[in-house]
Amino acid sequence: MFRNQYDTDVTTWSPAGRLFQVEYAMEAVKQGSVAIGLRSKTHIVLACVNKANSELSSHQRKIFKVDDHIGVAIAGLTADGRVLSRYMRSECINYGYTYESPLPVGRLVVQLADKAQVCTQRSWKRPYGVGLLVAGLDESGAHLYYNCPSGNYFEYQAFAIGSRSQAAKTYLERKFEKFTESSRDDLVKDALFAIRETLQGEKLTSHVCTVAVVGVGEAFNILDQETVQTLINEFEISGEEAPINESNVEQSGGDGDGAAPDQRGAAAEEGAAPMDI
Amino acid sequence: MTKEHANWSPYDNNGGTCVAIAGADYCVIAADTRMSTGYSILTRDYSKICKLADKSFMASSGFQADVKALQKVLSSRHLIYQHQHNKQMSCPAMAQLLSNTLYYKRFFPYYAFNVLGGLDSEGKGCVFTYDAVGSYERVGYSAQGSGATLITPFLDNQLKSPSPLLLPAKDAVTPLSEAEAVDLVKTCFASATERDIYTGDSVEIIILNANGVRHESEQLRKD
Repeated sequence: MFRNQYDTDVTTWSPAGRLFQVEYAMEAVKQGSVAIGLRSKTHIVLACVNKANSELSSHQRKIFKVDDHIGVAIAGLTADGRVLSRYMRSECINYGYTYESPLPVGRLVVQLADKAQVCTQRSWKRPYGVGLLVAGLDESGAHLYYNCPSGNYFEYQAFAIGSRSQAAKTYLERKFEKFTESSRDDLVKDALFAIRETLQGEKLTSHVCTVAVVGVGEAFNILDQETVQTLINEFEISGEEAPINESNVEQSGGDGDGAAPDQRGAAAEEGAAPMDI
Repeated sequence: MTKEHANWSPYDNNGGTCVAIAGADYCVIAADTRMSTGYSILTRDYSKICKLADKSFMASSGFQADVKALQKVLSSRHLIYQHQHNKQMSCPAMAQLLSNTLYYKRFFPYYAFNVLGGLDSEGKGCVFTYDAVGSYERVGYSAQGSGATLITPFLDNQLKSPSPLLLPAKDAVTPLSEAEAVDLVKTCFASATERDIYTGDSVEIIILNANGVRHESEQLRKD
């Protein structure tokens, strides 16, 4: 109702205590193609769907190596994601120069979150329109964080962002309890299954998705297309289906296409503001 | 009316000698492992060689604190390059970067005498030699440091082409085999150790070729 009056700049509150510009930025994340992450005790896997503007163009890079022990997958305004990746790389290099040791993931995400917060409190700036799934390994173990345009960040066992991410989240919610003890290969397989959920019947091939892994004894690396295709073939040929197919179909059907609003207050009505979890 | 001079210097010389020889398809980089100050030995076991990239190794004598700082700056710059270009820096590119980095501090130099060795994009050995402020040149072989004046004439005799006026023009790269080059380096250090008090203890040798990297170590006189 009052949304249009209070959404002109980021430094204006709405009467309900919301910053609409920030919420719009989070909307941009929901419009991006999907990115998912999941972790075990020793490994983290990031995967994303590659969207190309047209058949003629190459697809956008959504997964970036930040350091040997940290990688990031983005959804939303890829340009903003690229700039933030450059910032993260620079922070890791500077920390390594000063302390001769890898930057702890928790510290990096806080710096990233603080950087995002600045853009929500300056009238001449706009919030970053990108959500980041930060996967990293440090002394305290394997971590997966989600950084929001609002400046919030959360740690996850598994998460998905972007359009049709709900399908992936449903799959992950069912399986996440087993992830801690999963092997690296099972984790990659689950990532591919989750990606397949978001494709809504479209064929899963290595051209459509990108997968990256980081873990104990394994520096962050993006798996090459042949490896990914081999893994896909393995579980498709063996006829493996993600278990409990019926509820899968119901969920996917109900989700509709990406334009359908997510339950978290995308609609103008007074739902809880997305930042207040 | 004599000018008052500083009674404290930001620099110190930790001594040592570095040598590099470029072959047709290999490169040998070597440095002794003695670190000294004044007439004292600080340690007999210090590496002056740093791997900057897969195909670039830098050996530096001089003030080791400045050398360490220089190595860190170059390593960080290489990480940035890898993020931007998705590949390792070539040796000639690293050579230019080292030169620029040294000249950047033209008015408060890195007290480092460097020799950069590696394989160029064609797989041939390349050696670049520097002064403290970044002047550099690609050569077939080079020595830097306290023992350089003893080693260079010997290498000239063994490796240099008879005359630059000779036709056909000779390649910068030496026609020695890898094993011969390693032996030559060991001979150089053994000789320099005899007369240079700052060179000795042991020599660390890195051999770079198409198959990868190899390390060798040889004991030297400890006096």
